[in-house]
Amino acid sequence: MPTIVVDVMPKAELLDPQGKAVSGALARLGNDSFSGVRIGKRFELTVEGEVTDAVLAEARQLADDILSNSVIEDVVGIEVVE
Amino acid sequence: MTTRIGVITFPGSLDDRDAQRAIRIAGAEPVALWHGSHDLEGVDALVLPGGFSYGDYLRAGAIAALAPIMSEVKDAAAKGMPILGICNGFQMLVEAHLLSGGLIRNAHQQFIRRDQRLRVENSDTAWTSDFTDGQEIVIPLKNADGGYIASESELDRLEGEGLVAFRYLGVNPNGSLRDIAGLTNERGNVVGLMPHPEHAVEEGFGPNTPDAMRSGVDGLPFFTSAIAAVVAATA
Repeated sequence: MPTIVVDVMPKAELLDPQGKAVSGALARLGNDSFSGVRIGKRFELTVEGEVTDAVLAEARQLADDILSNSVIEDVVGIEVVE
Repeated sequence: MTTRIGVITFPGSLDDRDAQRAIRIAGAEPVALWHGSHDLEGVDALVLPGGFSYGDYLRAGAIAALAPIMSEVKDAAAKGMPILGICNGFQMLVEAHLLSGGLIRNAHQQFIRRDQRLRVENSDTAWTSDFTDGQEIVIPLKNADGGYIASESELDRLEGEGLVAFRYLGVNPNGSLRDIAGLTNERGNVVGLMPHPEHAVEEGFGPNTPDAMRSGVDGLPFFTSAIAAVVAATA
């Protein structure tokens, strides 16, 4: 069944406490290859039937209204995966 | 006539009964309401209590903000009904766009519980009229997602319009921008804050004070203020 994948990230300018904690752990392990970690969310919406333009538009609306909060997050990607 | 204040219980609410108790001690009648209903049962004011509705999945308060009863809550807010969101309830009000900004994980990543000093920044709301501007109070704080954030321009607007209702004093416990602990809407009927006034309403069960252990009752004026607002509106 086709799946619509929605990626949501905390806004770049805002503090991402979870990413910061992971970043701190990497530094404690002696890793110096990665200077930062940011943690976001991936939603997989399973679609019954075909992904029409209307279904995709509905997914975009859902991503903006419910899956993300525009005050603190950005929708960074919406793609269809078969 | 006794003021009736509804407390909405969501799946994962923890402090709904504490809020009911606080309402009773303040002299009003608590009315238990259910998130899945569309009926506010004619209450005069509302409390959205603390807890971890829906396990804080998606974002804290986000799924509760979509609950059936929230459409009635939004209508009531627009009509001027006093509505208080405590902790998870504050997060719901923000997610429902009844208050501005967002709440994220505490900057230090830890759940925190402490008796918290606050300054009342706006005593001209339905829930703060029994305080004075600048008054310092102590009530319990306990949260994991209490970091208040908004854009710089929005923070400036909130400050400029006097919509910051409470500010953390001494310690900023969660990384909230500009030490913001609570907000009001423009009309002053919708107020939300992370700390818990309902846990500081009865001597013997509140925060410690210099006078005596557990004697702090600084949470009581929230509820007496709302009762006064309801009485004034119906007089």
